[in-house]
Amino acid sequence: MLETIFKGSKSYWTLVTILAGLIAVGAIFYIKQLQVGLGITGMSRDVSWGFYIAQLTFLVGVAAGGVMLVLPYYLHNYKKFGKITILGEFLAIASIIMCLLFVMVDLGQPARALNLWLHPTLHSVLFWDSLVLFGYLFLNLLVGWTVLDCERNAVPPPKWIKPFIYLSIPFAFGIHTVTAFLYCGLPGRHFWLTAVLAPRFLASAFAAGPAFVIILCLILKKYTKFNAGKDAVQALSRIITYALLANIFLFLCEVFVAMYSQMPSHMVHLQYLFFGLHGHNALVPYMWAAMTMMAVAIFMLLVPSVRKNESYLAIACVLTFVGIWIDKGLGMITGGFVPNPLHQVTEYMPTFPELMISIGIYSIGGLILTFLFKMAVSVREEVSQDL
Amino acid sequence: MKNSRRKFLKIAGATAAGLGLSTTAIKALESTTAEPPRAPDPHAAPAVDTIKMGKPVIDETAPVADVKKNPPPSKAKQWAMVVDTRQFKSSKDLEPVVNACNKIHNIPSLNKKHEIKWIWEEEYKHLFPSLETKFLAEEVKHRPFPALCNHCENPPCVRACPTQATFKRKDGIVLMDFHRCIGCRFCMAACPYGARSFNYVDPRPNIEEFNPQFPTRTKGVVEKCNFCAERLAKGQWPACVEASNGAITFGDLDDPDSDVRKVLKNNFSVRRNVSLGTEPSVYYII
Amino acid sequence: MNDKAELSNASASASMKLIPSGDKKWIILGLIIFVGLFTFPIWYNMLKCSAPIQPVVLSAKAKAAGYCVLPKSEMVSAHMQILDEWRDIVVREGERTYTSPSGKIFTMSLSNTCLDCHNNQAEFCDRCHQYASVKTYCMDCHVNPSKSLKENMQ
Repeated sequence: MLETIFKGSKSYWTLVTILAGLIAVGAIFYIKQLQVGLGITGMSRDVSWGFYIAQLTFLVGVAAGGVMLVLPYYLHNYKKFGKITILGEFLAIASIIMCLLFVMVDLGQPARALNLWLHPTLHSVLFWDSLVLFGYLFLNLLVGWTVLDCERNAVPPPKWIKPFIYLSIPFAFGIHTVTAFLYCGLPGRHFWLTAVLAPRFLASAFAAGPAFVIILCLILKKYTKFNAGKDAVQALSRIITYALLANIFLFLCEVFVAMYSQMPSHMVHLQYLFFGLHGHNALVPYMWAAMTMMAVAIFMLLVPSVRKNESYLAIACVLTFVGIWIDKGLGMITGGFVPNPLHQVTEYMPTFPELMISIGIYSIGGLILTFLFKMAVSVREEVSQDL
Repeated sequence: MKNSRRKFLKIAGATAAGLGLSTTAIKALESTTAEPPRAPDPHAAPAVDTIKMGKPVIDETAPVADVKKNPPPSKAKQWAMVVDTRQFKSSKDLEPVVNACNKIHNIPSLNKKHEIKWIWEEEYKHLFPSLETKFLAEEVKHRPFPALCNHCENPPCVRACPTQATFKRKDGIVLMDFHRCIGCRFCMAACPYGARSFNYVDPRPNIEEFNPQFPTRTKGVVEKCNFCAERLAKGQWPACVEASNGAITFGDLDDPDSDVRKVLKNNFSVRRNVSLGTEPSVYYII
Repeated sequence: MNDKAELSNASASASMKLIPSGDKKWIILGLIIFVGLFTFPIWYNMLKCSAPIQPVVLSAKAKAAGYCVLPKSEMVSAHMQILDEWRDIVVREGERTYTSPSGKIFTMSLSNTCLDCHNNQAEFCDRCHQYASVKTYCMDCHVNPSKSLKENMQ
């Protein structure tokens, strides 16, 4: 099937070229980072994880979100998702690869990365996170490839693939739960020290992932012959509505616990994020923008007539995706580090090289996604011609 | 098996059997590994009026080892430190303590974002945010408090480290293995005391006073106070203890007759954020 | 079964169509470039005029001592394993002395024991490493105590 990615329209090649160019730019900045050290990023002694780890967190969510297409189709036999489950699986592959790359660029000694498995440490959550991430990547590669190959040959998927498909469902929940456990098991970081962190991560994932799938479906519908079908898109939009409501609900639970208990160590991070602390307020506009986007998205999604209009739905999905991206990709990690355990404020903002490296990784993900979707679309076109 | 790997240490068992033997061996080697002569401490003089003002109430019947004369005990189950903060009146009193550590361990001077700190000065409100009082005694408010790794009995950093690059030794010291650290900084997120620093850049160009007996670090690894494990092995007190003029006591927490236990028995002490269950091994007399 | 066979034939011929005969020269050219790149280390080393091999020099102090932690032959072949073991034993187990088979006692320290005797790092360690194209990063952290920090950084 790989040969299909070498044959494409002019716009396809333009996209590939742009992405390859961005990857090259990112690579140049990464070489700089290798030479100078992580000092070229905005991270500091106090905020020791930044944009990279935040992108890991967000993208694990996007990858896990793919399960919202797999689960209804395979567990509930919801046939209308039959055409798009492959998109969820391929999106998961691209996202997980980006996650792993974000971890790699975050390491101070990337050449020693294999120490993770040379000295397996069962009491470290990072060890388990690496296992579930690689496991989920493997499962999606296996399932996605096998199912698409069968579709091309017009045969039903083999029986042996079923257990792997079912296994991928708990793995999807697993990757985001374990990723939340990275943070929520740390004493002295009260912003993360909450039992609803994993559920909240999952809720935001099940909104952001499917929102991105809808955006992709609408793009594919416009530029290719691939049509996900109105019903599938509408079913997805309902999933996003519930998930986004759950995300906001869990967030408000956090706000209640912190603000009603009036415990300073719990309140202080929310105060920093939404109102600023001792005059430090770099993230305040971003957090309010994120909340506003999610609130507007909720209202748009809740009104059936708005949701059913695909142009409005596209806007709601973009708002959902970007809102969650800011919340998780900027606020969630930095918010946990500010103020530090000694109640001192050091602010964080990603630097230009840091952003360029991140764009490079997103472009690698974008390129993988482009290739995988090209494969899926080509196979679909081939099959429909044969019939 | 661990032992099969150690084919080059055929007779090492003999040394491991008796620490006494190895200390003699070290003594024999002392001539080659002796530390470089240090300049006389310019702040040694004010020690007298420290006692006049602060009146430390250490029990006379339980004298504390004179670090200038006696070497530290050769082993311990849990090394610990008691800081008599009453003896630090101004930053000038703490400075030699911090400088001794910085110099011996090749700590670079870097900007605030990238700085490396093993032991450093903090205010009461930052060191003990959960013990803050609204109207703190003026003198305590401005007293310089040394902050350092607590060498917790239950260290969250060790739990978080994915490669065991940071680990707890049998004598309770939480140590860094710089060879193994991958620089993921999970330990920094896990440490509730802000005791860890990351080498965001190459530290070497920024080392002011170079100690050739101790390695520098490289960019991309995490570091922190090591309770002077390298000095204890040579029968020397930790550098900060030595430079503190008796303000810092060091010893085995598990030995009821140790210096630290004697001092703790006779003085009210606190530890940083004990509610987290980490069991810090650094005690502060306020 | 027949259906399947036909289908796979169909897809095989479909993929055959992807390589029109005009592309043959490109494929051959691509293969030549690939083989050329793949064998790069071999012919690069053959073409390169390598510098003459310089002998490893034993420092006066080492020569005078007349012994090392292990016999010379073992040191030549296994010094890297010894250093690897030593660093684990010193850092992780806190054991700092080593008793050699001949009964001599050494402090296990790269800077303070090895380089104290072998105080000519450039003619001893580096020469052989250069020849064998071994890039160690020991000295990124460890220091040569006979040199200043600036010299150590070079």
